[in-house]
Amino acid sequence: MKITKQEVENVAKLARLELSEQEKEKLMDQLSNILTYVEKMGELDTKGVEPTSHVLDINNVMRDDVPGESLSQERALSNAPDKAAGHYKVPKIIE
Amino acid sequence: MELYQLTIHELHDMLKKGETTSEAITESVLSRIKAVDGKVKAYITVTEEVARAQAREADKRIKAGDTSSPLLGIPIAVKDNMCTDGIKTTCASKILGNFVPPYDATVVRNLKQAGYVLCGKPNMDEFAMGSSTENSGFFITRNPWDLERIPGGSSGGSAAAVAAGECIGSLGSDTGGSIRQPASCCGVVGLKPTYGRVSRFGLVAFASSLDQIGPITKDVIDAALLMNVISGHDERDSTSANIPSPDYTKALKKDVKGMKVGLPKEYFIEGMDPAVEKAVRDAVKTLEGLGAKVVQVSLPHTDYAVATYYILATSEARSNLARYDGVKYGYRTQSPKDLMDMYMKSRAEGFGPEVKRRIMLGTYALSAGYYDAYYKKGQQVRTLIKRDFDEAFKAVDVIATPTAPTAAFKIGEKSSDPLQMYLSDIFTISVNLAGIPGISIPCGFTSSNLPIGLQLLGKHFDEEAILHAAFAYEQATEWHKKRAKL
Repeated sequence: MKITKQEVENVAKLARLELSEQEKEKLMDQLSNILTYVEKMGELDTKGVEPTSHVLDINNVMRDDVPGESLSQERALSNAPDKAAGHYKVPKIIE
Repeated sequence: MELYQLTIHELHDMLKKGETTSEAITESVLSRIKAVDGKVKAYITVTEEVARAQAREADKRIKAGDTSSPLLGIPIAVKDNMCTDGIKTTCASKILGNFVPPYDATVVRNLKQAGYVLCGKPNMDEFAMGSSTENSGFFITRNPWDLERIPGGSSGGSAAAVAAGECIGSLGSDTGGSIRQPASCCGVVGLKPTYGRVSRFGLVAFASSLDQIGPITKDVIDAALLMNVISGHDERDSTSANIPSPDYTKALKKDVKGMKVGLPKEYFIEGMDPAVEKAVRDAVKTLEGLGAKVVQVSLPHTDYAVATYYILATSEARSNLARYDGVKYGYRTQSPKDLMDMYMKSRAEGFGPEVKRRIMLGTYALSAGYYDAYYKKGQQVRTLIKRDFDEAFKAVDVIATPTAPTAAFKIGEKSSDPLQMYLSDIFTISVNLAGIPGISIPCGFTSSNLPIGLQLLGKHFDEEAILHAAFAYEQATEWHKKRAKL
């Protein structure tokens, strides 16, 4: 599987990662190698095989909806890179 | 013999008899850290003050006659991807470089209740992505047996700290071998429990359907003691299994008469170090000599495990790591142009190369048009790998394999080729895909005095069988008593 620079750029945008030109070149090679290796899965016939997303037979775990302990506003905001008036602060999103 | 060289159970006996104090043990460990951590570099954070306060607290409890908890007053290191309330938890990533969790992981809460002493937060591969601890965003940890070599990974700091006497025991996490492989590299015991056995609440997520927390210790008894504290159902982790946890120490019996040990032919391959193969085959002979019956088994899809893992684990990681957006916690770039620029730059500056590579791979695998060929195909192959184990365990109680194809490799040896690095996990990865428990115990040394690990695998929720076999083997051998000279 050969990955093009265009594909690297598209995927990086989906992943919200800004990449340098050097990183893009390197990733083209590395991702191509890894995906070529991964293609060996294609040797196996998996028609009709159920996919496993989770190994345990646990489904829809429910609990009663009762209020428990929760973080205070101060603690919840304690790691925020920027905050104001009890909120997380981000760059302007509406012009 | 210095206190830092002893095991949890030996120190607990001494504490019970009043022969030592938690303060003395803690000081012994802290001064050992001061003496050797400049060379080993096992820790990101050493929690000196917390440790001293917890030790004083433990001594008070002991003085009042409360010695029921085997962990009381014992210095333990907790991998830096498990949240510790008020204590920096970085995941060895610049993106979490200043993160101070406002709560404890459930395993940490359990350890606190047991009266443990937190001595520090060990180094790891960034976000637990790696097999050598060379991917730490901060610095490289070195193998106490040979400082030019890797300690394994991703729980390399946790394993090196135990091997170097810089803690009495530690916790690691294992997504594709990250407890067992470093334990093997550092000549200590590492147990990955069954998926769902130990709560993941407060463990920074890498691949949620594979991640599991477990102990790294100097011997099998200590592993059982730590398992007693950390395992059990947790309401806060909806994937933790609601089944009772046994007293694991009851499984530690010397007699393995009639136990069936499976030997899978796919785990003895070309390219593996002959010294590793010999040590593992000798270990199986030892078990046979103790009364176990050796049975040949086959795990035919082993060869597809690495490919499957790197699709599934990176896809899950890609989703889990979407949360690092520079808004609620973690690193934010300086003066971004707009919101999108903030996301793109914060992540570009905060994540290291291996994490970026895996996010890219996972994003590619999940993107439109490729989902069926990669992610769904991977999940189907995962089913086949799981069935291999179900089939094999119809005939045997445990499966014995090498933990890794070679002993610890040299720093820098594989870091330029990601695929070669991924292939060093070939013997540990299937276990996470199948969700079964596995333990690595020391079973010998190479001619250059590097530790070799024996891996024992069990059925779902049958940690007792692997602890039983591991204990019997350990009692019959002396490997676990060897300590690295620093």
